[in-house]
Amino acid sequence: MALMKVKFDLKKRVKLAQMLWLMYWISVMAGVLVFSMGLFFKIELRKRSELMDNNESHFVPNLLIGVGLLACGLNAFGGKICYDSLDSTKFAKWKTILKPFLICCLFFNVLLVLTAVMCFTMRIPLQFTLAEGLKNGMKYYKDSDTPGRCYMKRTLDLMQMEFRCCGNNNYKDWFEIQWVSNRYLDFSSKEVKDRISSNVDGKYLMDGVPFSCCNPSSPRPCIQQQITNNTAHYSYDHHTEELNIWKRGCRDALVFYYGEMMNTIGILVLLVTALEIAVMIGLQYVSTSLSTLVNPEDPESESEGWILEKTVKETFTDIMAKMKAMGKGNQVDEGAQEGGVATVS
Amino acid sequence: MVVGKMKLTSQKRVKLVQGLGLLSWLATLGGAITFTLGCFLKTELRRRGEVMDNTDIHCVPNTLMIVGLASMGINYFAGRICQDALDAGRFPRWKTFLKPFYGCSIFFTTLMLIAVILSYIMKGSLESSLKIGLKNGIRFYKDTDTPGRCFQKQTIERLQMEFQCCGNNDYKDWFEVQWISNRYLDFSSKEVKDRIKSNVDARYLVDGVPFSCCNPRSPRPCIQYKITNNTAHYNYDHQTEELNIFIGGCREALVNYYMGLMNTIGGVVLSVFLIQSSVLASLRLLQTSMEAVAGQENLEIETEGYLLEKGVKETFMEYLDPVLKLMLLNQVTSPEATGTINADS
Repeated sequence: MALMKVKFDLKKRVKLAQMLWLMYWISVMAGVLVFSMGLFFKIELRKRSELMDNNESHFVPNLLIGVGLLACGLNAFGGKICYDSLDSTKFAKWKTILKPFLICCLFFNVLLVLTAVMCFTMRIPLQFTLAEGLKNGMKYYKDSDTPGRCYMKRTLDLMQMEFRCCGNNNYKDWFEIQWVSNRYLDFSSKEVKDRISSNVDGKYLMDGVPFSCCNPSSPRPCIQQQITNNTAHYSYDHHTEELNIWKRGCRDALVFYYGEMMNTIGILVLLVTALEIAVMIGLQYVSTSLSTLVNPEDPESESEGWILEKTVKETFTDIMAKMKAMGKGNQVDEGAQEGGVATVS
Repeated sequence: MVVGKMKLTSQKRVKLVQGLGLLSWLATLGGAITFTLGCFLKTELRRRGEVMDNTDIHCVPNTLMIVGLASMGINYFAGRICQDALDAGRFPRWKTFLKPFYGCSIFFTTLMLIAVILSYIMKGSLESSLKIGLKNGIRFYKDTDTPGRCFQKQTIERLQMEFQCCGNNDYKDWFEVQWISNRYLDFSSKEVKDRIKSNVDARYLVDGVPFSCCNPRSPRPCIQYKITNNTAHYNYDHQTEELNIFIGGCREALVNYYMGLMNTIGGVVLSVFLIQSSVLASLRLLQTSMEAVAGQENLEIETEGYLLEKGVKETFMEYLDPVLKLMLLNQVTSPEATGTINADS
């Protein structure tokens, strides 16, 4: 009892082949799309690689690029087979390759599903990477004269302005590190000496943030120094002031940004998987309908097509039996060889 | 005196038709691109419309959009005429259509050229519009509680951050305007009272700029207050300090941006103009050579094609006559009507 058997006459076969050829071309485009999404994601990760600790994994974008290229190749090949299926002389040369090709397609679809799942779960390692990277970035903010770290200030300022965020978890992270370089501190002034002596590590800490934390939508000019001191500014209460600086932390902002990107890519990969499964089923129908012609000499005769020759359960037991037979065959061969060797010696 | 005479064999005519078909498709695409570029330019001008005083500059994108649409129509018809050209039965129906078609086409093609020239002429108008708009923006910066002006602060801040500029002509414009609202000034403090008294109009002027003038590429934390006071900051000389805030004015930055945009668009539109002119010239050659074939028994004969039957001036007067007659006719009938009324009374 075959799975989903359908009767085909010449007209139906031709229509199926034409539709399938068109779908293969759309799949090639989809493969190109997946490849370009992988490339785009890789570029976005590298743009902010200074804010991630250096062993961030580029596994997912590399996988997307590989899968995209593979999809293009497989679908182009499938389209060629489909095109030749209308001509029985051309199709004969593909007959032997067809079954292994379909099994290849099946494994490829499984790989696509795995890729989609990885896209959705990559958020978790990214969160840890960003937390570590941002903490280090803020530590090196003041080192604009140290080679290798001199662009950290610029990177952080531009990032805080672009993503509308401040600090790692929130703006208070800036209170715990010295972000003003010693080169710009007057060590002969009483105020500076007091602050440094009041701190255990001799760091110049203050309740201020860099200008890139300022919110342009605030109705009043930005208050970035002495933020927690209500008396330092007229008509100001830092508990109720909401619009002065960005409240959100940059880790959350970046994880949200990359998370959205990965969700979109993951959904796209799932749609491409659905398309690939459809073309695989279509090719199986074409293959079976052309191999069961009632009258092999007459191309206009009727035929039948199906997805699986027997039911799912029977096919599964068949595959298991085959694998066992292959395993036993190896053992018997080895046994015969050993026996042969033993008798000879 | 015939202009542009050319002998065309039957083979050459066929080649001309094929070439013209391809060229008219290209020109239709060019027309669509011109329309899109016009829309894009209009969108970009509207985005910064709040810092522009008048909308005179919008005549450039409006013209581009009209010309783009007209070009698509002209080239579509050129393609249709070209298709029917070799068919002696279908060609004659286009005869009456051709003269107004050429008139319209030449008008819109010239308009394309005028649009490109306009974009250079309007530079002065754009600059003066921006000068007034930015001056008002800076004046109303502090009025975040006045309806109608409450978004000026946000607009100017985002503009300065995006275009990396400060003020109208340069950063010193901020020293001449009170950009801190009275709501945030403590009028009981001595410092505020002194500053207001020292100014003729009782304004609170500071030698400071808003945070959006700060340059993220500066190696030191941003100095936005007491900019001209070297002693207020350690290791600071405002005359040699280049990277602290953006030095250039926003008017220049915006004019350069829009001129760059219009230069690029002008280049593309010029190439579309060239393609369209060649389409029209080829169509005219084809039409005149096919007219010589009409009525002949042997369609394979060699014929002559030409661009203009008479000289340029005579052809121009020929086209202008009907238009003038239409205008003069209106004038002639009114004195006649008044003449009859006088005669009756």
